[in-house]
Amino acid sequence: MKYLLIMQIDPTVLENLTAEQSKAIEAGHGAFIDTITKSGELIGTQALADPSRSAVVASRGGTTVVTDGPFVEAKEYMGGFYVVDTETEERVRELAAMIPDTAIEGLAVEIRPVVFTMGFGLTEPEAS
Amino acid sequence: MLVARYRQFDLCEDAVQEALLAAATQWPSQGVPAEPVGWLVTVARRRLTDLWRSESARRRREEESGFDPPPEVPGVDDSLQVLLMCVHPDLSDASRIALTLRAVGGLTTAEIARAFLVPEATMAQRISRAKATITKGGGVFTVDLRAERLAAALHVLYLIFNEGYTASEGGVLTRVDLCAEAIRLTRMLRRTLPADSEVAGLLALMLLTDSRRETRTDADGHLVPLADQDRSRWDRDQIAEAVALLEEVLPRRELGEYQVQAAIAAVHAEAATDADTDWAQIELLYRLLEGLTGSPVVTLNRAVALGMAAGPQAGLDLLDTVAADPRLARHHRPDAVRAHLLERLGDRDGARECYRRAARATLNRAEQRYLEDRARRVQDGRGAPPSH
Repeated sequence: MKYLLIMQIDPTVLENLTAEQSKAIEAGHGAFIDTITKSGELIGTQALADPSRSAVVASRGGTTVVTDGPFVEAKEYMGGFYVVDTETEERVRELAAMIPDTAIEGLAVEIRPVVFTMGFGLTEPEAS
Repeated sequence: MLVARYRQFDLCEDAVQEALLAAATQWPSQGVPAEPVGWLVTVARRRLTDLWRSESARRRREEESGFDPPPEVPGVDDSLQVLLMCVHPDLSDASRIALTLRAVGGLTTAEIARAFLVPEATMAQRISRAKATITKGGGVFTVDLRAERLAAALHVLYLIFNEGYTASEGGVLTRVDLCAEAIRLTRMLRRTLPADSEVAGLLALMLLTDSRRETRTDADGHLVPLADQDRSRWDRDQIAEAVALLEEVLPRRELGEYQVQAAIAAVHAEAATDADTDWAQIELLYRLLEGLTGSPVVTLNRAVALGMAAGPQAGLDLLDTVAADPRLARHHRPDAVRAHLLERLGDRDGARECYRRAARATLNRAEQRYLEDRARRVQDGRGAPPSH
């Protein structure tokens, strides 16, 4: 079963991290990627730019408008994600707890099951 | 452990009594069925009950005497040996499946990766790790270990088939036909172990399930429930082959969950229309399966069958006994079953609410669409008419 592990970040928390904390997070993600690559559970991961760089396209009163900024002004945003394929729900919870963000007050990892996947080079016909 | 075992015996002895009661009341009026599948069902009813009696008596004798059953002669077939190695207890099911398809099925890593929608590198990593794990243990099995491994191997083949059958995630067009592969491997196993009744039971179950595959979705890829499937398009050759298998193994009195599941599928295959389905028989078989597996999911299925055999209220009463089982927590099936039973009871509001809850909880998109559609239909009053 595939899951999206959403890194819920609070930009002000990230700005106020100590140098050691910041280093620990970086090293922790590296170690995490290494672990789930070796175990054959990593599908992919991406980190996202600050929400101030977002633009939202939506229908307002019958016309489509583009607005700079995030969809909802909030304290926490999705900072990035991992897509993993694990055997059980217990295992994905175990994996989420390995992500260094979960050791920092004010950051969190949300687990959402994936119900449809296309692309990412997963369904291309065999070359031979 | 003994208590657990005897609790199972009690359940199944109930089933024995019900079967005898059913036989006493139905057979004299119905006579001997002319259809071969009908004949099978009669045999199944007799055998499964007889069987259960002799099985429990045999176990009691063994437990009293402290004796284990005599060992089987180990098979010499290489692919069997490889299969048993692929289901090493230290491996996860996902790794067992990947390794089985690679080492026994001969699929390429790329094919397996595509079938499970993971990157090829991910699958390659999974397979190489799994290989490293199994070579640590060696390939010589004691008799006890062999039986355990064979059960695990059947489970893996069953999982491969189910993955192909439910196609839980998109990308269907480019997927390897996992159902055909599971059937091929199980056929191979059957040739190696013709004396194993559960191997035959599993093959029969796959064939019976696969016989309905073409009718399971409509042209738009939407799920078609069993009741609405075009039975004239069910694959009769596959059904006949499965029935022949069951006719061969059921009289051996070696009851197992795959044989019982296949017997249930055979009862469905026997019915010319949904209305002709012998739900009392199916309910009885689910009761046997409940005793064998202790699974709350089986009880859910039995609630559906009981709802058809004895009316929706009886189904709901049974559902209430199992819905709170922690093993079903966050599972969509209890709500889906409740919705179906409430709809048949004529409680449209309750049914709609339960269909919607089930639709939100399921992780299968085809099923989600189906449940949302049912919720809309019951709202518009286009649902199935209340019955009983």
